[in-house]
Amino acid sequence: MSATTTPLVITGVSLYGDTTADLVIAKGEIVSLSAADAPAKARTLDGKGLVALPGLVDLHTHLREPGKEAAETIETGSRSAAAGGYVAVHAMANTTPVADSAGVVEQVWNRGREVGLVDVFPVGAVTVGLAGEHLAELGAMALSAARVRVFSDDGMCVHDPVVMRRALEYVKTFDGVIAQHAQDPRLTEGSQMNEGIVSAELGLAGWPAVAEEAIVARDCLLAEHVGSRVHILHLSTSRSVEIVRWAKARGVTVTAEATPHHIALTDDNARGYDARFKVNPPLRTQEDVEAVHAGIVDGTIDVIGTDHAPHADEDKDCEWAAAAFGMIGLETALGVVQKTLVETGKVTWRDVARLMSEEPARIGRIEGHGRPLAAGEPANVTLVDPKRAWSVDPAAMASRSHNSPFGGMELPGRVVATILRGTVTYADESMRGSLA
Amino acid sequence: MRHLLSTKDLSREDAILILDTAGEMAKTQERENRKLPTLRGKTVVNLFFEDSTRTRTSFEVAAKRLSADVINFSAKGSSVAKGESLKDTAQTLQAMGSDGVVIRHSASGAAARLATSGWISSAVVNAGDGTHQHPTQALLDAFTIRRHLKGGEAGEGLDGLTVAIVGDVLHSRVARSNVWLLTTLGAKVVLVCPPTLVPIGAETWPVDIVHSLDAALNGYAIDALMMLRIQLERMTGGGAAFFPSPAEYTRLFGLDGSRLARLPQHTIVMHPGPMNRGLEISAEAADSPRSVVVEQVGNGIAVRMAVLYLLLAGEEVA
Repeated sequence: MSATTTPLVITGVSLYGDTTADLVIAKGEIVSLSAADAPAKARTLDGKGLVALPGLVDLHTHLREPGKEAAETIETGSRSAAAGGYVAVHAMANTTPVADSAGVVEQVWNRGREVGLVDVFPVGAVTVGLAGEHLAELGAMALSAARVRVFSDDGMCVHDPVVMRRALEYVKTFDGVIAQHAQDPRLTEGSQMNEGIVSAELGLAGWPAVAEEAIVARDCLLAEHVGSRVHILHLSTSRSVEIVRWAKARGVTVTAEATPHHIALTDDNARGYDARFKVNPPLRTQEDVEAVHAGIVDGTIDVIGTDHAPHADEDKDCEWAAAAFGMIGLETALGVVQKTLVETGKVTWRDVARLMSEEPARIGRIEGHGRPLAAGEPANVTLVDPKRAWSVDPAAMASRSHNSPFGGMELPGRVVATILRGTVTYADESMRGSLA
Repeated sequence: MRHLLSTKDLSREDAILILDTAGEMAKTQERENRKLPTLRGKTVVNLFFEDSTRTRTSFEVAAKRLSADVINFSAKGSSVAKGESLKDTAQTLQAMGSDGVVIRHSASGAAARLATSGWISSAVVNAGDGTHQHPTQALLDAFTIRRHLKGGEAGEGLDGLTVAIVGDVLHSRVARSNVWLLTTLGAKVVLVCPPTLVPIGAETWPVDIVHSLDAALNGYAIDALMMLRIQLERMTGGGAAFFPSPAEYTRLFGLDGSRLARLPQHTIVMHPGPMNRGLEISAEAADSPRSVVVEQVGNGIAVRMAVLYLLLAGEEVA
């Protein structure tokens, strides 16, 4: 047993930002909320001023391995996740080869376990090669050691309505969910950024909001028709929020995700043509950002997912049209959420626990995550210092890539330690003395 | 001014300074010896990632008339064709000692990236970036309009004039450049185009938008009529065509003899070239005495001389 797994007592920490207690952690579990129950040899950490959340779970991570190890590997991505407070990530299927078979998802699953910093849950592709034509062997992936429950062609839309219908129906067998990248391909051919005032001026081909909304509406109706679960990835427009709100009111089993960048940035950031701001779906307008906030506040949007999308420098340090879509986000997600939603009074830390841990774990049907901070539960804990402001420096990140749109931004708080089943997987410099 | 990237960045004072300087340059071009020593020892690189013999030649002539050394670097047959990045190409040219880079590129924002990314320190002139901007074209258009309709007086803007721009605004860097420059100079701009060729968002521009040339002729006293080039292959291919047929475009938006006759006597007809005769403009209109198309080409040299002079000679003057 390494030093990091000896019993640990965190005293006087604020659970969910609202209840002060101690966390006594031993043998991978939270054994008590009172330091009086601490084992004799436990290390003690003064938790005063810190907020404890159930370990964060990301439903939307690109780890790039296999295939694009120059941008990220399962190891560097796991390190990045731990540094961001995550104890579990869902690794998207758009790797090379595509994660569309039991063999590939098991490879990712096994490599995640070898690294051991976060639980890596592979997402299975919906269609063979993400081509949108033939269903991949979803059952084989579900029954594999990786136990896949989330299926997505993310990066591509499952645009054929018949293929989407079949996929929704098929995953009912094992209580799976289809996570849709909602983008009508025909309406977005060659598109570069949100279609609107800024694209008109910049002369960049527009990605109209309706290309997302039409698919969101169709898939909510399909899910209702066949009685299946559908999850909308990176929902970005105000009318997408309205459509999901309407569908939920009808009782459709739809869940939705917002990303940190879509709640914090707008298409105005594209002025200057800095490709760090190029992402798919694109950054939208201030009105859209506010609608997404409202959707988070009223529960229309269920989770915050990072869409962590690492790219090598050369794929961003170029003209806009030649640049890749995507941004890294694991290490800034919680700080951005604090800045845009918590500090503004829109959500509480308890809501953050729901949006970034409990609901992602529930939607992904993963066991042992998103559990309450209570005695007898797995010791998956994210410790946040909400007053430890920092300036984002992409070069200092654990991710192998540097394509953060938040470089230079001040964030109000940061993750100071991450604990996965009692093991400290990340501790920042303020914690290392206590947790080494 | 450090770079010339977009007419939207130009103040009225900047724009008038360029036009006035172009006026001075034009005068020197009437002399027997048209060459000025102003940029002797400076190197201007024409970095052209798209074919454009007209614009490249115009910049080359302008730079040479100012005694600059000119390097023409075209993407075809160069390392760019082998996949070299814009960054590496730019840094290579910088290492060869460029003071100014004139760039034409198919990607919107390529000139801005070159100017602001820290890759190079040269002055950057945007000679057309994708569907974004082509500022020297707008400046030569404004110069031409001012000469004809404002007497070409130094210090004058285009106040009180109405300019109609007809055609594919969606894909036109010429239109975008002119919208901002002409309105900055005080002109009223009317965009005349099918609804499929107006960018979503243009409703916020300081212009009027109408959807047939006849409506524009009926509704406005047009002083200058600018016809844009229609790229036929883009416009009529497949299910995503922007209008049903070339004939229908010509019927609704083409400038023919009868529409020409309805213009006021003083109205000038412009085209950035190359023209599609018989599509957006008839031969009758193109060759009429009101057409200033050929003069636009000549004015392009004076305007580009002015821009190169203001960007590259400025440091020593200051």
